[in-house]
Amino acid sequence: MAKLELIQTLKKDNGRVWNVSWHPKGDAFATCGEDRCIRIWAKDLLGKWSNKVVLTDGHKRTIRQISWSPCGNFLASASFDATTCIWDKQSGEFECNATLEGHENEVKSVAWSSSGQYLGTCSRDKSVWVWEVAEENEYECAAVLNAHTQDVKKIVWHPTQELLASASYDNTIKIFKEDNSCDDWVCCATLTGHDSTVWSLSFEGNGSRLASCSDDCTVKIWKEYTPGNPEGISTSDNNSVWKCVCTISGVHTRTVYDINWCPLSGLIATACGDNSIRIFKEDSDSGPNAPTFNLICNVEKAHNEDVNCVAWNPVVKDLLASCSDDGEIKLWNFVDS
Amino acid sequence: MVENLDYDEGSNKEKVKEEEQNIEEIKDIVYDLLRTIKDPEKPSTLEELNVIYEDGVTIKQNLEHNINIVRVEFNPTVPHCSLATLIGLCIRIKLQRNMPYPIKLDIYIKSGAHTTEHEINKQINDKERIAAAMENPNLKEIVENCIKEEY
Repeated sequence: MAKLELIQTLKKDNGRVWNVSWHPKGDAFATCGEDRCIRIWAKDLLGKWSNKVVLTDGHKRTIRQISWSPCGNFLASASFDATTCIWDKQSGEFECNATLEGHENEVKSVAWSSSGQYLGTCSRDKSVWVWEVAEENEYECAAVLNAHTQDVKKIVWHPTQELLASASYDNTIKIFKEDNSCDDWVCCATLTGHDSTVWSLSFEGNGSRLASCSDDCTVKIWKEYTPGNPEGISTSDNNSVWKCVCTISGVHTRTVYDINWCPLSGLIATACGDNSIRIFKEDSDSGPNAPTFNLICNVEKAHNEDVNCVAWNPVVKDLLASCSDDGEIKLWNFVDS
Repeated sequence: MVENLDYDEGSNKEKVKEEEQNIEEIKDIVYDLLRTIKDPEKPSTLEELNVIYEDGVTIKQNLEHNINIVRVEFNPTVPHCSLATLIGLCIRIKLQRNMPYPIKLDIYIKSGAHTTEHEINKQINDKERIAAAMENPNLKEIVENCIKEEY
């Protein structure tokens, strides 16, 4: 029986925790939420996770998401105050050395591309912005993408390419890339299938598939079919087509707020409004064009309220962090025996 | 797993009774909190305007997850009522703050009672939008006034 063993519960009594983000080295993580500050956690001398740093003066409203740059030197934070802050430790201590303005209202998500060259942000103003990381502390807006018809909830970059995926309140997922012929960013795919808000996304480790989760209580797996694919799936304008190859329904009983596909183990974790964390594993016997994902672990009452985020450690296999409306952050160890 | 199946019928019946009682109690707490909410524009309460009513509150228990799901249906006074979203916001914040234990809340406009019922239902059940709205000082002030308890 596979199970999640609780390692530690962290709490600071400051309301809803929206997001937890692992440092790329895996030895620290940041959290943020309703209390408008960012906390950085690492292990103390006894091996217990503890709060090392609190960053308080960056944002005036809820901090919805934080994201570490691939080099680990920068931390970006997206806030309901319509700004994105970039924090770094150049002076020895974490400081906000750049504030990105431009969105009309709440910034809901922020993410660095794998090369560290680009930063993406999205907002309730329906737009997705791509920022180019220029000279020291300079971020230039490379594109304002108005493809969605409603709030954009979440953005994630492809693990190896400069390809950006966005999830929206308009029930769709869109994929953007830079079009070299016109030097501009364009929407190259729209993924339809969810019946309500798409809350979150996660690419598989090699980037060939994308997992999404929604207010419609389902999880979907989308597979990329490149032009000239052996399956004969038709593509146009030399763009890949992303097709839904699997829908997991009847498992989650409320909105699924987050999904994370572990690049180390291939396991998918979900965070749900029914207080549960669930782990799915691909059935190795299922075909590539119709994969099956089995629920191998279901932690009911993982938290006392909605689970908002799940994040696999990028270095330590099977170590999972989660956070919730109940104000708690939990660390789990996945055991498959 | 085996232990769970090993119950005698008597104790199970008792358990069912206890749950029913519990459901009635939750329903009363919810309705008592809702009935005093004031209309954002008129000097009356939502109960006086028949925007909320006892039958609009239903409770479902998900025993497997140990969760109480509260469903609140409300009836805006006119089908194009511009304040329907605000009323939904008041209902959510009042319950969120005052329920003695955590609940899962779903709020819906009475079917057919509003021209944009689907859009409003989606908005007032999106917790991220609700959280952001409550950080808007103007909206927050209106909501605080509507849900203030007067003694």
